[in-house]
Amino acid sequence: MQTEPNKFVKELTQEKYKYGFTTEVSTDIIEKGLNEDVIRLISSKKGEPEWMLEFRLNAYRHWLTMTMPHWAHLDIPEIDYQAISYYADPTKKKEGPKSMDEVDPELIKTFNKLGIPLHEQRQLSGMAVDAVMDSVSVKTTFKETLMEKGIIFCSFSEAVKEHPDLVQKYLGSVVGYRDNFFAALNSAVFSDGSFVYIPKGVRCPMELSTYFRINAANTGQFERTLIVADDDSYVSYLEGCTAPQRDENQLHAAIVEIVVHDRAEVKYSTVQNWYPGDVNGKGGIYNFVTKRGHCKGVDSKLSWTQVETGSAITWKYPSCILSGDNATAEFYSVAVTNNYQQADTGTKMIHLGKNTKSTIVSKGISAGKSQNSYRGLVRVSSKADNARNYSQCDSLLLGSNCGAHTFPYMDINNETAIVEHEATTSKISEDQLFYCNQRGINTEDAIGLIVNGYAKEVINKLPMEFAVEAQKLLAVSLEGSVG
Amino acid sequence: MLQIRDLHASINGKEILKGINLDIEKGKVHAIMGPNGSGKSTLSAVLVGNPAFEVTKGTVTFEGKNLLEMSPEERSHVGLFLSFQYPVEIPGVSMVNFMRTAVNEKRKYLGQEALTASEFLKLMREKRAVVELDNKLANRSVNEGFSGGEKKRNEIFQMAMLEPKLSILDETDSGLDIDALRIVAEGVNKLKTPETSCIVITHYQRLLDYIKPDIVHVLYKGKIVKTAGPELALDLEERGYDWIKAELGE
Amino acid sequence: MAAEQQYIDIFLECGSAINKHSSELLNSKRAEAFENFKKNGFPTRKVEKYKYTDADELFAPDYGLNINRLDIPVNPYKVFKCDVPNMSTALYFVVNDSFYPVSQASPNIPEGVIIGSLKEFSEKHPEIIEKYYGKIAKTEEDSITALNTMMAQDGFLLYVPKGVVVERPIQLVNILHSSVDLMSNRRVLVILEENAHAKLLICDHAMDDVKFLSTQVIEAFIGDNSLFDLYELEETHNRNVRFSNLYVSQSANSNVLLNGMTLHNGVTRNMTNVSLEGKGAEIKLCGMAIADKREHIDNNTFIDHKVSDCSSNELFKYVLDDEAVGAFAGKVLVRHDAQHTNSEQTNRNLCATRTARMYTQPQLEIYADDVKCSHGATVGQLDENALFYMQQRGISLREARLLLMFAFVNEVIDNVRLDVLKERLHVLVEKRFRGELSKCEGCAICK
Repeated sequence: MQTEPNKFVKELTQEKYKYGFTTEVSTDIIEKGLNEDVIRLISSKKGEPEWMLEFRLNAYRHWLTMTMPHWAHLDIPEIDYQAISYYADPTKKKEGPKSMDEVDPELIKTFNKLGIPLHEQRQLSGMAVDAVMDSVSVKTTFKETLMEKGIIFCSFSEAVKEHPDLVQKYLGSVVGYRDNFFAALNSAVFSDGSFVYIPKGVRCPMELSTYFRINAANTGQFERTLIVADDDSYVSYLEGCTAPQRDENQLHAAIVEIVVHDRAEVKYSTVQNWYPGDVNGKGGIYNFVTKRGHCKGVDSKLSWTQVETGSAITWKYPSCILSGDNATAEFYSVAVTNNYQQADTGTKMIHLGKNTKSTIVSKGISAGKSQNSYRGLVRVSSKADNARNYSQCDSLLLGSNCGAHTFPYMDINNETAIVEHEATTSKISEDQLFYCNQRGINTEDAIGLIVNGYAKEVINKLPMEFAVEAQKLLAVSLEGSVG
Repeated sequence: MLQIRDLHASINGKEILKGINLDIEKGKVHAIMGPNGSGKSTLSAVLVGNPAFEVTKGTVTFEGKNLLEMSPEERSHVGLFLSFQYPVEIPGVSMVNFMRTAVNEKRKYLGQEALTASEFLKLMREKRAVVELDNKLANRSVNEGFSGGEKKRNEIFQMAMLEPKLSILDETDSGLDIDALRIVAEGVNKLKTPETSCIVITHYQRLLDYIKPDIVHVLYKGKIVKTAGPELALDLEERGYDWIKAELGE
Repeated sequence: MAAEQQYIDIFLECGSAINKHSSELLNSKRAEAFENFKKNGFPTRKVEKYKYTDADELFAPDYGLNINRLDIPVNPYKVFKCDVPNMSTALYFVVNDSFYPVSQASPNIPEGVIIGSLKEFSEKHPEIIEKYYGKIAKTEEDSITALNTMMAQDGFLLYVPKGVVVERPIQLVNILHSSVDLMSNRRVLVILEENAHAKLLICDHAMDDVKFLSTQVIEAFIGDNSLFDLYELEETHNRNVRFSNLYVSQSANSNVLLNGMTLHNGVTRNMTNVSLEGKGAEIKLCGMAIADKREHIDNNTFIDHKVSDCSSNELFKYVLDDEAVGAFAGKVLVRHDAQHTNSEQTNRNLCATRTARMYTQPQLEIYADDVKCSHGATVGQLDENALFYMQQRGISLREARLLLMFAFVNEVIDNVRLDVLKERLHVLVEKRFRGELSKCEGCAICK
């Protein structure tokens, strides 16, 4: 076949990152830099109890002994951790707003602009939202409705005060502060995030979602999410994120911990759309996230679905520890990188219990000058009889200046295990494009169609509203990518 | 030859056979018919000792011996053969190697000398003719890349090689076109002797046009509900199973 | 940690003795290798490439070295009978790490072909060898290669000039023979100029029940349109440790088959590094391992697609029993300009017991878009339906298992392009699975 890769391709102007605006709101930002005083200040601003401060300080002291990991297939510029402000509060109120009236109208406008209505009566679908901007939870909707069922859905800061027993019991139980460099950093300085507790036997009647927004400049966002699903419960949780367009890189280092008890099920979906930087690779979010769920109970089930289109650098491996017998875990991922984006993402499935099953489906799409890596580990311990894993990792390359990489690790210590991994790398064929062109579909649209078809298996796992959003996002992220 | 008494069997805790009573006579062809899900294939699987099924109650005696105590290979050695509904593909294991191992293990069990390579190949040639099995197929891996018809022919070929006393044909007609069906049926007929018996499990009369049954049983909801002569098969073909259900008061 | 110190000391102490019993060309690379070795030391398991085999620990014990090339009290031509009957090979021996003098020239080796001692021929034909020796086995990149380069005094050379086809398979038998624990450092250099053909079979045998530690570095340069087969068969014993680094550089339209088979061993670590330098080069890289007891087999492969229109096909299969440990790490790199690359990698493994462990790590790193690449890896057991089918036909469970295991590894053996060797391997593998000693005649000990 003759090589004329650009035959059908025309240069398109880069679609603007549609969430790149900033909100003019007076924000209480603390001094840049990190030391024990800063941590004490964060803790006191949040009015935290002594044990919480202790936890933070222990994490900080441990962090000091660690160095940034460099094993990922990423080129991470030196990060000056003293040049970042670790706390920004756009609400300026110590307690957080009690009612809608107390929320700064600018903030409500911001979230409306992002398509996240905070007025419950204006919401069409019954979706409860916790809106977090910078370091503070702005507003959590439908809290009372949920409370009737015993479901706790609130900001993390609130949970520390209102439900200290639950927080103390589960905080750090899945991701300890010693876990890794970014987990230690987060444990020291985490600001806000969501806390979810589903009591025994309760099926959460609506989707819970948290919307993260970085607004302030030169700040890092360090949110922390903790979800506990007690026996026989069910919850579907969504997470979305955006940030303004800025020339400087901003750091986002979050932790998500999920505990799934006997026969409970948690679905966690993410559409990650942090600002990816511009066409020349300037600016963008550094997204270093530790997400892990513990399928602790028998017959427990955890499903991660992620659509990763944003961030300049993504370092993220939502993982599952399957320690309960018959536990099931899934990881479905689409990661798109364009321009100078770099993503090193995947999962870890640690099989400890008997008859545990895991499925991994990862679809990487690289365009522009980006690098996209899948990195995954499947470990079957010697006691995990009859463990099953199936992994499928496909990569799609758009253009010849990008890279697609697969780094799966399989550690099998039990003879009854069946573990399968398959990976393919391909490009969109000229034939496919030509076929579409002949039917009157232009190349850009054709690529959108083909890419969406390619990612369908994952997108289908998302809740309806998110799936539509994700499809649009895929197309937008890849615009101007071919050429 | 074979006596089944109050046989109960289940898979994954679900009971499929709920008290089968059946006698297979020497030299006879028995047909077992029944609607989908009645337990026909389970019965054949249990008789040859498929470990996926659990016998919870009852006895099976084959020529005076307790069949249920035997391993699958021992059942094969004493003369039980199952023509699988879905023969398994075994990549990398050649038909020749596979069959030679099977034949010689049986001979060992019977206290006979192993066949030499040339004796064995001669036997292969003879038996291949019975089902008109292509030499090329015999040189491939077991069932790998065989068409549906070829797989079934290969089953009958193996039956010819192993000379069983009791053959069970599990839905051997499924997936066969009319020519293949004829070849397979002729093969079975050629192998029939006054000393051997056959259980033909099928949905349809079609196969029974070629392999004439002496006795026809209807299996329904895990039990033999009716036994009669060959005319029963024709009756079923014409009237379906509903009248039997009606007779049972359903 | 710090197992390297004793080797640093030995080199400083015995450097001149090493040089004295080697050739100028081999000596010329030692200083740089030593500097690199001193700088890098042995890789710990934190080094990704050595994650599954602890070099530091394995090199720590005290081994004897035959630096002064004391006479080898054995005539391999007399004691060793080839285990591959009907295969008429041109047979050569390296005993420990010295080439054993050829008693009579092998017939049917075309003129111009050089087969023999690396030390001897690097003195006789430095003009040929200096272009190649140490050129792809980079001492700064791998400490085992560095150690081998600084210590190796002799080894094996195969040189096939332009346009020459060597029909007769060449067999090199590495014999480990010693009454005390011994370390040997072998070096092999293979040069095929354009349009040349050759097939090389290398067998490892341990003759004595002492601890052996070997390093082996093979550099193979395969010219345009050349065809080269390399089969490596390891049949040693549980007290044998082997580190082998194989480097292959392929020019345009060359075709190479590498097939490494480990039947008996102690600890084996094979690194294979294939560089596709010329358009249209093809590599088929296979490996097979059967391990039981506490055997350890680690295959680390790297295929570098540097230019366009090359193809690579990789197949590795492991059968692990008892407490055996298997590791496979296979990386395929497709560089920016390597358009129209075809690359396939398969790793399949059977674990027979709970205590056997398998680590597998297939990796793809791709920077070109018009490529077809795939990899697959599985760890599992024998197909239960197939087992039952065979039992129904009267085959005992044990026999059915053997047949399936046999079929499993046969896929690798089927790639052998030497029929007699293929047949022999079938027999050896079957014996191995049946738990019989598959020792060669003349091997004193195979456990």
